[in-house]
Amino acid sequence: MKFSEQWLRTWVNPDATTEELVSKITMAGLEVDEYTLVAPAFSGVVVGEIVACEQHPDADKLRVTKVSHGTEEFQVVCGAPNARVGIKIPFAMVGAVLPGNFKIKKAKLRGVESLGMLCGADEIGLAEERADGLLELPVDAPVGEDIRTYLNLNDTIIDVDLTPNRGDCLSIAGLAREVSANFLADVTVPAIEDVIATIDDTFEVNLEAPEQCPRFVGRVLRNVNVKAETPVWMVERLRRSGIRSIDPVVDVTNYVMIELGTPMHGYDLDRLEGCINVRLAEQGEKLLMLDGTEQTLNSNTLVIADEKKVLGIAGVMGGEHSGVNADATSIFLECAFFDKIAIAGKARAYGLHTDASHRFERGVDYQMQTKAIERATGLILEICGGEAGPVVEVAVEENLPKAKTVILNRSKVASLLGVDLPADQIAPLLTCLGMELTATSEDQWSVAVPSWRFDISIEEDLVEEVGRIYGYNNLPNTMPLAELRLQIIDEAKIDLSELRRVLVARGYREAINFSFIDPKLHTLFDPEREAEPLANPISSEMSVMRTSLMPGMVSTLRHNLNRQQNRIRIFESGQIFIRNARGTESSLTQDLWMGGAICGSRDPESWHGAGSSVDFFDLKGDVEALFARVGNAAEYSFRAAQRPALHPGQCAEILRNGEVVGVIGALHPKVAKACDINVPVYLFEISADVLVDGSVTSFRELSKYPEVRRDMALVLDQATPEADVEAVIREQAGEWLRSIRLFDVYSGKGVEEGKKSLALGVTWRHAERTLTDEEINASFAAITSALADKLGAALRQ
Amino acid sequence: MENLQALTNAALAAVEAATDAASLDQVRVQYLGKKGEISLLMQELRHLSPEEKPKAGAKINEAKQGVEAAIRARKELLESAAMDAKLAAESIDVSLPGRGEDVGSIHPVTRTMERISEYFRTIGFTVEAGPEIEDDFHNFEALNIPDHHPARAMHDTFYMKDGSVLRTHTSPVQIRTMERFVAENRNPPIAIVCPGKVYRCDSDMTHSPMFHQVEGLYVAEKASFADLKSLLSDFLRVFFERDDLEVRFRPSYFPFTEPSAEVDIEWGRNEDGSIKWLEVLGCGMVHPDVFRHAGIDPEKYTGFAFGMGVERFAMLRYGVRDLRQFFENDIRFLEQFK
Repeated sequence: MKFSEQWLRTWVNPDATTEELVSKITMAGLEVDEYTLVAPAFSGVVVGEIVACEQHPDADKLRVTKVSHGTEEFQVVCGAPNARVGIKIPFAMVGAVLPGNFKIKKAKLRGVESLGMLCGADEIGLAEERADGLLELPVDAPVGEDIRTYLNLNDTIIDVDLTPNRGDCLSIAGLAREVSANFLADVTVPAIEDVIATIDDTFEVNLEAPEQCPRFVGRVLRNVNVKAETPVWMVERLRRSGIRSIDPVVDVTNYVMIELGTPMHGYDLDRLEGCINVRLAEQGEKLLMLDGTEQTLNSNTLVIADEKKVLGIAGVMGGEHSGVNADATSIFLECAFFDKIAIAGKARAYGLHTDASHRFERGVDYQMQTKAIERATGLILEICGGEAGPVVEVAVEENLPKAKTVILNRSKVASLLGVDLPADQIAPLLTCLGMELTATSEDQWSVAVPSWRFDISIEEDLVEEVGRIYGYNNLPNTMPLAELRLQIIDEAKIDLSELRRVLVARGYREAINFSFIDPKLHTLFDPEREAEPLANPISSEMSVMRTSLMPGMVSTLRHNLNRQQNRIRIFESGQIFIRNARGTESSLTQDLWMGGAICGSRDPESWHGAGSSVDFFDLKGDVEALFARVGNAAEYSFRAAQRPALHPGQCAEILRNGEVVGVIGALHPKVAKACDINVPVYLFEISADVLVDGSVTSFRELSKYPEVRRDMALVLDQATPEADVEAVIREQAGEWLRSIRLFDVYSGKGVEEGKKSLALGVTWRHAERTLTDEEINASFAAITSALADKLGAALRQ
Repeated sequence: MENLQALTNAALAAVEAATDAASLDQVRVQYLGKKGEISLLMQELRHLSPEEKPKAGAKINEAKQGVEAAIRARKELLESAAMDAKLAAESIDVSLPGRGEDVGSIHPVTRTMERISEYFRTIGFTVEAGPEIEDDFHNFEALNIPDHHPARAMHDTFYMKDGSVLRTHTSPVQIRTMERFVAENRNPPIAIVCPGKVYRCDSDMTHSPMFHQVEGLYVAEKASFADLKSLLSDFLRVFFERDDLEVRFRPSYFPFTEPSAEVDIEWGRNEDGSIKWLEVLGCGMVHPDVFRHAGIDPEKYTGFAFGMGVERFAMLRYGVRDLRQFFENDIRFLEQFK
């Protein structure tokens, strides 16, 4: 909320500079976003009146005027199109200094002497943009008065960002209460006198939804001159609250809203038909808005209607039929209390946000309505003349908020704030906020909460007020004390951060992509699965939740390939979101996965010579390094598989103990092309929850006896996976097998077409003795025979 | 015998002339071998009288030893020269770059989350995680943000089609953790931090639709605002590694804490020497309704919670100025972090 500091100071005027005031209320929880001078420094500008205005003899666009400052007249040359006799304007006299240290001197313009300057709003710092002509002041502006005094420009606009619980501070009256409490300065409430009714006219009001609207105060005003001009002090105060002057009735209702915090409305009485009904809308009922658009209302919306039509959405905005024309003479003033839950969310539901809805959603003082009507009546009659009917209040007492009493224990203050304040120190901290304390025991009070504080309903709320006024920064700092208690740390579970570092050590950089992606990208990568859509995405490119880390990683590669990066190694970890349908039931899994992507040369560019490009096995080696770090590589296997986005001949599922937990492969050239990528890309992703799950090392005693190694060269079908060969060897090699190492893969000259040659070294060792040649020969024979039987593999001669 | 001196001299000269091991060996064979010229002199001893024999023998031996010593010395010299030459030939340009993989980098957001979590881990907090697609109860209701609450509008929530939401903060993990404690019949103290992704339907220079938070929760029989103050003040000072960092607590409002505060740190000075304050944290004492929603007795336990935006901490710590760079994943950005 923006407000004029000077206006606030007419209510409460602590002995404090603007900076001190702003700092204090910020530290009281009313955070000041910014404060700005109403006008920059300038001097020597008075209210002038143009008493003569003639064409400049030598310049089409210039006028030669005579300007009075009350006692004297000055000749001033002026180029403004609206310069004319009779208007009052800001007159910068010779010797004036305008903003930007612009000094006004005697001058000659095209040969005609000019003694001063007539100003537009921008020239005295009241508008940012170049004003189109002179600032025309009201006809009653006192000629000769300093413009700073006349417009009360020695003022600051303070913009306070109020939290939703402090709706009570959305008014000068509320802010004054807070300032008063924080500076212990007295509030001077402006005298608001009841306006005695001089006519008997009233207008019928029916509360058909008393839970939502338990109080409605109305008043008829007759013979009101709506064409009257709103006084400059009011226009200025409203402007400093960011509200534009419209007409005196609207201005006064806005003024009272800012002053007392109660939104109001003025209707053209002659356009109201029958009576006012405050009721819930009929489903689908239409409301014509001021801008000509039509709102279709829901049945949960409270409306103000007459017998024939809906006038406006209660507490939010009036419609086309609610306003006051310039010709109106009879006004019906409304000041109603709406329950905040009835108003909450309604403005947003209709795409509206108004000063009224902002206040009603946060809560308005339910005891202020009559006073507000009196205040508005007084101001309207003062400006526009007219007669007032009696104030008519319709209320359903049982639906009005009840006065609240909350019990406060001194011990609660101590336990929550951590400071044991004496009773006589606690009480004044609350009474200065308008709370009434009744001691129920030595260390307990019954606290009556004022009608404007909706945010206080439990003891903790009062403790906060105590802490707030006492000053959070005056509270002690004490270290929390806890028992030194060791906790089990699961050694088998490897922290993901360690696995990140495995990849970092292998040259990978971590990326973080958005969890929502373009549905087109999703379909490219995972066409068989439906991605979870957002109901309200920011844009279509970010509208479905990823089911894989791959689209994001490929986007990252593209971004960098487009920026002259050729060798890229990135990884990412994050949740992916997959809907599993089981019959009619469906459930969403959101699990943490880790993935990586590489492209470019195998090694960083160096003086050792150009290396070859990465391939599948570079990436596989990195994935295996992760398994090795966790220590359970033996549980993993890779099995040729197909994925829509991956190369059909270079793709594998990653299995752990036979269960698919990830995938690895080359990006399908078709997908790469669709992503504007023209280099081979290799990707993997694997469930991070599975990945981090390792086991505690179980040590095996070292053997004192020598190893025996036998190498074999096999010729077998090209299509037979090497893993199958290892599996057969493992099966046949007996319990003393130590390791199998593949050390050559060959096909080509010397090997039959469609076949390949594999060279493997098999090593045995016994824990307690030296193995004999006979034993090894037997194992070797068993292996070769099984390989021949099961895989058709022959020993290469 | 008379030419012993001449032979010795000739042998010594030959030793000196030898330039490698092979020629030196040739010299040895020529003079000292079984049929070497000096060795053969021994055979002539038989022509001498028994009185002269020992004397002449000794002379020959002396000559032999002299030549042998010369050969040994020459051999050492030659070997050492050969080693020197070999070493000289093997010298390299040590300034050439080393071989092998470059080291990669951890994302600054991850790094910052790890740092934040680590400080709390060292004093006994555990790290918890939760789902990013949350139900309305955990993201709002349980945190005392009912449907009509104005704070909902301020959350700019992303909704899924079934009414669940992308969590707008990491606070739901508080609720889930407390619920788990209750389900497992465990009692406080509860001390957790929850780093993770959060989402708000807002995107501009200073807002990203996805960002990261770290949430903290401490519940115990005695946990006070004074405890919260010192813990967070200390945290901010250790995070920025500045003992003299000014920290202030400013009253604020969150539906799930009461009292609530925002925490500002000193971030530069104004011209007049006054502190420029920068908001970095939100915190407060856990609202009793939040305890009730999670099944914890608010009469027996008190607690405090805090939440911080990770990107903001990373920006302040490393001097990153544009929030959007965190998610562009430009290598030139990523490679600056270790």
